[in-house]
Amino acid sequence: MAVLEEAKIVVEHDQCKGCTLCIIACPKDVIIQLSSFNTKGYHPVEYKGEGCTGCGICFYACPEPGAIIVYKKGAVVE
Amino acid sequence: MANKILKKSDSFYAVYDRKPGEDKMNTHYCPGCGHGNIHKYVAEAIDELGIQDRTIIVSPVGCSVFIYYYFDLGNIQVAHGRAPAVATALKRAHPHAIVISYQGDGDLAAIGGNNIIQAANRGEQITVVFVNNAIYGMTGGQVAPTTLVGMKSSTTPRGRAIENEGYPMKVSELIAALTAPVYVERTALWDTSSRNKAKRSIKKALKAQMEGKGFTFCEIMSPCPSGWKLTPAQSLEWMKENMGAYYKVGVLRDEIKTREPIIKEKKTVTSKEIQEVLGTDIKPSEHYPTNPEDRYKNPSMKFAGFGGQGVLSLGTMLANAAMEQGFNSSWIPSYGPEMRGGTAYCFVNISDKEIGSPTVSNPDLLVAFNRPSLEKFEGDVKPGGIIMYDSTIIDVQPTRDDVEILAVPATGIAESLGNIRCANTVMAGVYLAKTKIMAKEALIQTLPKAIKKKHLIDLNIHALEKGFEFIENN
Ligand SMILES: Cc1ncc(C[n+]2csc(CCOP(=O)(O)OP(=O)(O)O)c2C)c(N)n1
Ligand code: SF4
Ligand code: SF4
Ligand code: SF4
Repeated sequence: MAVLEEAKIVVEHDQCKGCTLCIIACPKDVIIQLSSFNTKGYHPVEYKGEGCTGCGICFYACPEPGAIIVYKKGAVVE
Repeated sequence: MANKILKKSDSFYAVYDRKPGEDKMNTHYCPGCGHGNIHKYVAEAIDELGIQDRTIIVSPVGCSVFIYYYFDLGNIQVAHGRAPAVATALKRAHPHAIVISYQGDGDLAAIGGNNIIQAANRGEQITVVFVNNAIYGMTGGQVAPTTLVGMKSSTTPRGRAIENEGYPMKVSELIAALTAPVYVERTALWDTSSRNKAKRSIKKALKAQMEGKGFTFCEIMSPCPSGWKLTPAQSLEWMKENMGAYYKVGVLRDEIKTREPIIKEKKTVTSKEIQEVLGTDIKPSEHYPTNPEDRYKNPSMKFAGFGGQGVLSLGTMLANAAMEQGFNSSWIPSYGPEMRGGTAYCFVNISDKEIGSPTVSNPDLLVAFNRPSLEKFEGDVKPGGIIMYDSTIIDVQPTRDDVEILAVPATGIAESLGNIRCANTVMAGVYLAKTKIMAKEALIQTLPKAIKKKHLIDLNIHALEKGFEFIENN
């Protein structure tokens, strides 16, 4: 168990359809699209690794229920 | 700490086991399709309101037909455009349930146009989530009532033209023109702030339903990149610029605070009340055991003739009497184009076992009252079965040699009794006397159900007896 000191997102690559709506929505511009393919044949997106504020905007912009998980600062994780 | 993590709602299945194929983790929607967003907002609202165990989502025909793959809720998938009617039934039968009618614009505004207007006008206590993507997505991008003027679709290749397809339909305005709806709002998915409003709108509507406030309607403008032939990113811009210009976002009705709640209680109907309404509350005075030969047991029957010859009521008489004698029975009619004159027929099953289907393709008994029926259906009778035909009216004979054939001058006998309309009851008598599946008395005691005019009951008892005599004398 750990308490996150910084917010972050995790993208489930195989649930991402590469629509880029999260990228357009993110106010911090911290999501990028990968040039590699996922198992569904889409280019998934990925968190740049820093700068996320945990605002959740990408989560609500994303149409796939399970593609993005947003961890806000202070979230308790395994 | 749950609110520190935004993830798939509990109202979704963790794994979409109901979805066929290998991929149990992804929705079937195209990249950038707004249905997914709206599903998420609905699911989150249900989680937050704590109503997952009592929410039923009615899914339409359209791309969202498979809602039940994803939502861990009650679901009924219904015929095209009929979600508001089914939602109405669900809500009335289960007033405590939260009922969502989830519909696309083809489903709701085209084929289901009247359904939604009537449900709204009745003020049904349901929440409608109306996904307006200005096109028929599922079937490949045909014009919808909501398609914008000039917008190309597969059925308006030169663009929607007012002179051909009329003006795009402003459904929320139509709904808000009615008095009953308590909440109507149009939102959109083109940017963060509009999405937040869409999310809030859904939750607000569901909360109003929980409070018993009345009919709530959430229109959400939603991208269909495939139907629009745009990328997901282009879709958002196009939607804001074009749909946003014509369909104004905003609240069209909000009387949630001022309306008195109407909390309905579940109505229970006793079987006695149902029987009274159906007129089947006449209790048999007696049970009359019989012992037919095995080959006559559990018959499937077809009765056919012209409308007006009493074919349908012959079926009801036998089915009713059988029910009263403790058998299972079924009766299902089929009409020709006209009630009188056209061919009418019905299927009856009588059985000491459960009856799977009320329809009968190969009957054990065919009763034909006119020549076309005899000729049309004689070939369907099971070998070893019975064909009874009205030999007063039918001037040909059946050609089958592997069935029992009874030529009964039923109309002639009825005429001698003074009323040809009791020919059907003569046939009933012949059949019962022949097969002994029920006693004469079993039918007599239920005659008042089939025959409403009291003075005709004696005549029919007479006709029944004539039918029995026919078998005794032949
Ligand atoms: C009775 C009937 N008529 C027509 C169809 C064909 N059909 C299937 S989906 C559809 C329209 C769907 O459009 P919409 O409601 O806008 O939903 P979307 O797919 O865009 O989400 C039609 C006409 C059908 N399935 N049943
Ligand atoms: S949570 Fe906010 S800041 Fe973080 S990636 Fe998503 S949109 Fe960007
Ligand atoms: S919005 Fe969702 S599906 Fe689309 S690219 Fe981002 S994570 Fe992938
Ligand atoms: S066709 Fe349109 S509405 Fe249907 S899944 Fe694809 S994007 Fe969504």
